[in-house]
Amino acid sequence: MTSSLNVTLVMCIALTVVTAFSNFFIALIRNQVPSSIRIIVQMIIIASLVIVVDQVLKAYAYEVSKQLSVFVGLIITNCIVMGRAEAFAMQNPPIPSFFDGIGNGLGYSVVLLFVATVRELLGSGSLFGFEILPLVTNGGWYYSNGLMLLPPSAFFVIGGFIWLLRNSKIDQVEPVEYKLAAHTK
Amino acid sequence: MSNSKDSVSRTVMVALVLCVVCSVIVSAAAVGLRDKQIANAINEKKMNILAAAGIEVVDGDLAAAFTLITPKLVDMRTGEFSTELDVATYDMRKAAKDPAQARALTSEQDIASIRKQSLYSTVYLVEGEQGIERIILPVHGYGLWSTLYGFIALEGDFNTVVGFGFYEHAETPGLGGEVDNAKWKAQWVGKQVYAAGSIVPSIGLIKGKAPAGDLHKIDGLAGATLTSNGVTNLVQFWLGEHGFAPLIAKLKAGEA
Repeated sequence: MTSSLNVTLVMCIALTVVTAFSNFFIALIRNQVPSSIRIIVQMIIIASLVIVVDQVLKAYAYEVSKQLSVFVGLIITNCIVMGRAEAFAMQNPPIPSFFDGIGNGLGYSVVLLFVATVRELLGSGSLFGFEILPLVTNGGWYYSNGLMLLPPSAFFVIGGFIWLLRNSKIDQVEPVEYKLAAHTK
Repeated sequence: MSNSKDSVSRTVMVALVLCVVCSVIVSAAAVGLRDKQIANAINEKKMNILAAAGIEVVDGDLAAAFTLITPKLVDMRTGEFSTELDVATYDMRKAAKDPAQARALTSEQDIASIRKQSLYSTVYLVEGEQGIERIILPVHGYGLWSTLYGFIALEGDFNTVVGFGFYEHAETPGLGGEVDNAKWKAQWVGKQVYAAGSIVPSIGLIKGKAPAGDLHKIDGLAGATLTSNGVTNLVQFWLGEHGFAPLIAKLKAGEA
């Protein structure tokens, strides 16, 4: 999914919309929801929104929706959406919850777009489908990195992203909770 | 307050109301957008047929470009055009799954690994003053991970390829997925399907680069032997004796 920026951008918008509106609606009914069924209530609202988003994409962004295929449906299982619903929207009024959803959606988008930029540039030699590094198969000089087009490469890129972040912002690094024992011989 | 909120009747009530509201919203979205979604899927298919036939869409006017094309049903048992079923509503993929509308292939016949073949196939004709100018044939078969669906278009001599392309597959991006590479697809143009006098298709991919001037061979896909084999098999199946060879033979003789 993150092997092309176009598709990733649509995914980011879809996720931000779902997080914002699910937070909004959950906050709206937060005082009516019995605590015994609150998780399933959140799931129903999130799932309904995801299905609506999926249907809209199929009608108005057919090309992209074909490439996203199952991933739009998988927004339902995205922990950010449920996490914010449970942690924020259940305790706060609708409007702040809405903006909490937008903010969290955008944060997620930054990471996703970073991964997609690296993967599309190195994997296909292009950004948003425009050629940046001319490929050998098209008569240029750049040998595309096939690994970047395969799903596992996203893990490596995310790992690199976390490493970069923790190196530039030392305060993000948690204090060590344990001490390594000395090596035994 | 918390007592009344958590009572059983209240819980059931909330669950019921929420489910009804959500299902109304979801069904409304699905029903309201259905026409547009179906139109999208049909347009997508038309675009692919036009792309294979090498017809340009002017100013995005798909309907105008598609008026050049006549869909027709072919009875795969006889290799003749048939009007028994309505071509506008016939769906090859659905028919292939229905035992009453499909025939099972033996493992010897089934080189494209499709197992069942619909009894009728939809082909598309570009007709001019001298009869059929181009014919666009649907092809599909198994590659490495997925069934590849595409179209191959032939000139009015029913031998020279005008265009070839897949509209649906899930092969490895960058390797087998290179079946979508425009440069690779361009190699198909001008190739001959059959050697002179033969009805067995010679067209196919070979490992490495095809010799310059070869009439039947296309470069294999680097790093994608199984996809390449799949593409060769599916093209040879659909242009062979269990595919469209009988139709092509009749068209050549002017009988179909």
